[in-house]
Amino acid sequence: MRKKFWIHLALLLVIPGLLFTASCAKKTVKSDMSATTAEEQRQTEEAATQAQQEREQQAAAEASAQIAEETAQRDMMIQKNMFESESVYFEFDSSALSPVAQGVLTGKADYLRDNPGSQVIIEGHCDERGTPEYNLALGDRRAESAKNFLVNMGIDSSRFTTVSYGEENPVDAGHGEEAWAKNRRAKFLIE
Amino acid sequence: MTILYYKTQVQPISDQCSSLPARSLRLLVIWAAIFLSGLLQGVSYADYDYIDITNPFLRKMPLAVQPFKLSERLPQNEKAAVEAAGLISETLEFTGYFEIINPEAFLVDVHNPPIIRPNIEFANWTGIGAELLVTGGLHVRNGLVEVELRLFDTFKQQLLVGKKYRALPRDLRRVVRRFCSAILFNLTGSRGYFDSDIAFISNGSGKKEVFICDFDGFNPRQFTKNRAITLFPAWSSDRKWIAYTAFNAGKPNLYIKSVTRKRGYLLDKKGINTNPAWVPGRFELAATLSFSGDQEIYLLTGTGKIIKRLTHRRGIDVSPTWSPDGKKMAFVSKRSGSPQIYIMTVASGAVERLTFEGRYNTQPDWSPKGDRIAYTAMRGGQSDIFTIGLDSSDPVKMTENSGDNEAPSWAPDGSLIAFSSTREGPSRIYVMTAYGTDQRRLLSMPGEQSSPAWSSNGIYTKVLSGS
Repeated sequence: MRKKFWIHLALLLVIPGLLFTASCAKKTVKSDMSATTAEEQRQTEEAATQAQQEREQQAAAEASAQIAEETAQRDMMIQKNMFESESVYFEFDSSALSPVAQGVLTGKADYLRDNPGSQVIIEGHCDERGTPEYNLALGDRRAESAKNFLVNMGIDSSRFTTVSYGEENPVDAGHGEEAWAKNRRAKFLIE
Repeated sequence: MTILYYKTQVQPISDQCSSLPARSLRLLVIWAAIFLSGLLQGVSYADYDYIDITNPFLRKMPLAVQPFKLSERLPQNEKAAVEAAGLISETLEFTGYFEIINPEAFLVDVHNPPIIRPNIEFANWTGIGAELLVTGGLHVRNGLVEVELRLFDTFKQQLLVGKKYRALPRDLRRVVRRFCSAILFNLTGSRGYFDSDIAFISNGSGKKEVFICDFDGFNPRQFTKNRAITLFPAWSSDRKWIAYTAFNAGKPNLYIKSVTRKRGYLLDKKGINTNPAWVPGRFELAATLSFSGDQEIYLLTGTGKIIKRLTHRRGIDVSPTWSPDGKKMAFVSKRSGSPQIYIMTVASGAVERLTFEGRYNTQPDWSPKGDRIAYTAMRGGQSDIFTIGLDSSDPVKMTENSGDNEAPSWAPDGSLIAFSSTREGPSRIYVMTAYGTDQRRLLSMPGEQSSPAWSSNGIYTKVLSGS
């Protein structure tokens, strides 16, 4: 871009220069041409200014388009990150979706409609309480529960894979309601 | 000198190494002979009331293990003798039936103790409270250890068990276990579990993997090297197979692996494939699969093919365990709103609820005796082990105020229960009697241990595993 700009600038200076020298040569033949020459010069300058303005406008448009594209990409990344980082949480020994969970899932459905090519892994997790056999089944139900909600929102079920980790992969290794609440979750990953 | 059952394992060393099947057959024949002779003589345990069967662990029988008599006082003989006597004490103490008397109280000449009647001064033993006495003699010849072992009733001054073994020095532990098995059979009528193993999960190597140790925690060895989460080991009743759940492929699949050979089967349907439980005496197992979108229990072939679906209710159905005759299956279901244990009669499909107390009863394990089911109950956020009668009567709490106690697994004779506990912080494997007494840690290993699964006491791997 910058190289092009310098070439244009050079042409801008050289072309009127050439015109000027030509008119100077004519001056020796006809002395009454000076008024016309001045007029011509003015017109040329005007045209040059206009051309430059046009070029500047174009450059500006190009730049803003690029910025818009970058912003869109960044937004997409943010949305993807949010999609993956925002989990859905459950009550103890439950795979029922709370109103909050349903709100989060509705947002995820929007994202999935905007990104029809993406495939999603839904992980189901439990807290450490209870026993691992039952929790593996409970985690399975949590992942399925989130998936079914999204399918009911019109997202094709073939876009989902569910994996239960039971109580095997806590996000918080602590022992207490604060940690447990974080661990009872359905987590989303884009393949 | 009276020896009720005189047994020898006289054979060249080369034969011991090369022809295991022949040897196992011979052992079988010997066992059968012993068993038959026991029957013919009128089984001795029936004649005496040594063990109170209502709670045999309430009053322990005081037992003394006399230092061994040696044919030659050589250092290696003394070492073997001390080791053997120590192993007998440990192994008998492990059962929970005996109180082992401290050798410091003994009134005998420890360097030349009499090992047979009439030389034994029984008053020396009754005087220190020993009701039972084990005497041993040890003799090393041609690289083989010859051991004579006897169990006496000190009050009746009677020989209860007498045996003679010949073995390689490294097989001393097996000799001791076989003798202890004979003692237990004499006193309780049960062969015990001295040839059994316990499979369990340990994360000491980084990820959770299946490990196996002897019944008493001896010789732990790693069985799986999945480098992925591995859960819920289950033995086939012939001990040839272990089924387990593992995340090798990033999701819970069911693996069925040969214990002795490099063979196996995989079940990797959509959803979870987990929680295997082998049908006693068959190459079939139950497992929880969720490919239908619902967690249901299925009956599978030993190669992982579905025979039929067993449960038909929406909601979680997991954790199958079989009655010893394979006709009934207990399992966990959330059909009533909270996880509870149910019993299904497989032929009719009829289901009855077993547990009613509390809102979280899981991990049933059916006693090999058939009369009770052990399970884990969570009350107030704390997990504890219970046992319950099959008609829902008499739920008994086995653990209390000792961290979380989970995953009960019965010993093959139903006299002990292995379980996991966080009573010392990290989760470890413990053992207790069927009445909740004598709770102790089974083994010390790096990392955390869980999900113990007690094998049968079959002769099969006793021979193959050697030691």
